[in-house]
Amino acid sequence: MADKKKDIANIVSDYKYGFQTEAKTIYQTPKGISEAIVRDISRIKSEPAWMTEIRVEAYKSFMTIANPNWGPDLSFIDFADIIYYLKASDHVGATWDDVPEAIKDTFAKLGIPETEQKYLAGLTSQFDSEAVYHNTLAELTDRGVIFLDTDSALREFPELFKTYFTKAVGYRDNKYAALNTAVWSGGSFIYVPKGVKVDKPLQSYFRINTEKMGQFERTLIIVEDGASLNYVEGCTAPIYSSDSLHAAVVEIFVKDNAYCRYSTVQNWSNNIVNLVTKRAVVGNYGHMEWIDGNIGSGLNMKYPSCILRGDYARGTTISIAFAGRGQHQDTGAKMIHIGRNTASTIISKSIATKGGKVNYRGLVSQASSALGARSKVQCDTILIDGESASDTLPVNIVKNFKGQIEHEATVSKVSEEQLFYLMSRGLSEAEATELIVMGFIEPFSRELPMEYAVELNQLIKLEMTGAIG
Amino acid sequence: MAILEIRNLVASIEGQRILNGVDLVVRGGETHAIMGPNGTGKSTLAAIVMGHPRYRIEAGDILLDGESILDLKVDQRSRKGLFLAMQNPIEVPGVTNFDFVKTAVSARLQADEHLRIGKFILRFEAAAKALNMGEGLSHRFLNQGFSGGEKKRNEILQMSLINPKIAFLDEIDSGLDVDALKLVGEYVTNMKSPELGLILITHYERLLDYLTADHVHIMIKGRIVKSGGAELIRKIDTEGYDWLKAELGIDELEEQKIQYSLGSCAAKTLSPGDKL
Repeated sequence: MADKKKDIANIVSDYKYGFQTEAKTIYQTPKGISEAIVRDISRIKSEPAWMTEIRVEAYKSFMTIANPNWGPDLSFIDFADIIYYLKASDHVGATWDDVPEAIKDTFAKLGIPETEQKYLAGLTSQFDSEAVYHNTLAELTDRGVIFLDTDSALREFPELFKTYFTKAVGYRDNKYAALNTAVWSGGSFIYVPKGVKVDKPLQSYFRINTEKMGQFERTLIIVEDGASLNYVEGCTAPIYSSDSLHAAVVEIFVKDNAYCRYSTVQNWSNNIVNLVTKRAVVGNYGHMEWIDGNIGSGLNMKYPSCILRGDYARGTTISIAFAGRGQHQDTGAKMIHIGRNTASTIISKSIATKGGKVNYRGLVSQASSALGARSKVQCDTILIDGESASDTLPVNIVKNFKGQIEHEATVSKVSEEQLFYLMSRGLSEAEATELIVMGFIEPFSRELPMEYAVELNQLIKLEMTGAIG
Repeated sequence: MAILEIRNLVASIEGQRILNGVDLVVRGGETHAIMGPNGTGKSTLAAIVMGHPRYRIEAGDILLDGESILDLKVDQRSRKGLFLAMQNPIEVPGVTNFDFVKTAVSARLQADEHLRIGKFILRFEAAAKALNMGEGLSHRFLNQGFSGGEKKRNEILQMSLINPKIAFLDEIDSGLDVDALKLVGEYVTNMKSPELGLILITHYERLLDYLTADHVHIMIKGRIVKSGGAELIRKIDTEGYDWLKAELGIDELEEQKIQYSLGSCAAKTLSPGDKL
């Protein structure tokens, strides 16, 4: 256990400065986007024709859909200045030995090989646009679980893939979902068959390693009737001087009586614009949980959603957002109640310091069919200093007479009395503030796997450094 | 052996004077009790010595081991050996009691020292047991959901693990029932040593039944008006503070004046023609 903590401390101490590995690029598209480039990406990947057509249709949607007319201004994004596809390695390694040295080096800095054996049941690490390492424990394969990078899944299970792809997040949904569908590459694909319970967390790390390269991974998760899955996605990125766009799509299908938990701690470097569409469709008595941490990126817009379609379906989102200097976190959650007696809970914890801006933006909607639906929303914000800002922007809609929504929101400052108390025990102002913040996010961090919680605390500590005085 | 010297300390909050020239010397091994009616500045004195940022020092000095600490921040004073067991310990959600005390103890280690965690756990558990604090204390969040008595005992627990040189115990007796009072009194008595100077702030004498003080000071209107030995406690117990006010010629007029001036602000009503 102590070693594990050390590993994570090492990851974090390297991370602080960001690091970039010299990776040999095998293939990349020219800057900018066009139908030809979209077709090219599909061709290079030897995709079936239907996928090429979806990409092209999605590209057309992308060109016609405007940026959102709400929230942060996105007009600065120059789509012509982005590389949409880049391949760093030309094959997916079956074993660690097959992975190129420079890429291994990056992963070593992230501590992946060490943690894998001990903690993970399986692992997909994404390096630039293509998965370069993939390994699923035999035990899971024997039980019919599929855990692949998304490109391999399309090749190996085209029919399964086609059944679900774009069915939770259509390419007309929003501009960035359209963009992702047009140029997607990499991501994780997980299929858990009926009744199979994956007890250990499945985990994957993602990294962006090329300046000006958008990362458009696509994740597709299907948890069949009575099955359960606990999936952990990790994101880290080196620090660069110019903007990179990250627009991912995550689609999850939680069938009847199934359970899925999806945990992320997103820590992109501050030059990254992160625009992610995450949505789960939940069946009868199913339960979806989003554990969503947002520490990094300069501008982040992310509102994990649950469509509670089945009766008694449940949705839970527990999230934190941390905004430091120059950061704008616009995050929240959506719960769409359709089935009867559906229930949702949103717990959001926001922290702003050094002039950062953190908004909670959420939607709870109970349709006329959602008789007996219940929702609970709790948004707490802590402002570390006077220059930081926060807004809470909830929308609650109930279209039937039997629904119920509770909403609580608090905004507080670190109080003089709390600081006095902690400092009177010998903690410096910075240590005291850090402890108060750690306590504030505890309802989130306790939901994370142990080594992730440690990493999260380390990241927050790093972000807090210099926040005082 | 530590020595705390408070010299002619004058302090105010928001323009209101609270301390009017306090002199007090406490040495390691001594136990002082500061008594007096409510609102006479006893708790303020403790908070100011600890360095609470809300108070303004207008005159005088506070020295620890011969050096002024007025320019030191709260945490620096703590690491120099000052401690304040607070009247109303603050709740900190999400931070476990154990983690907090561990952080506090670690904060006073030298750069090359490391907390020996195994040993520390044993000390923590022994202290919790001795203070009858029950199972699960270490995993509970700092003071959150603690009863009044538990909060006070938790302050003493922290003190015993932090091991200060000079400690103020601010109304540590309030919220404690008789059994708990006895327990805490005896526990602190056991901590007494030539290395520890104690200042007990109380307006009841009952704590002093279990935790004897060798110096007793009476504070009225921001001043120590009388100092003596244990005999003062008995006299206050039987006669209250009125004899002292009479002896010292303190009347209620001054107090009334303050009340009036406060009242006149708060009660001011607008007349036609008043400018806003």
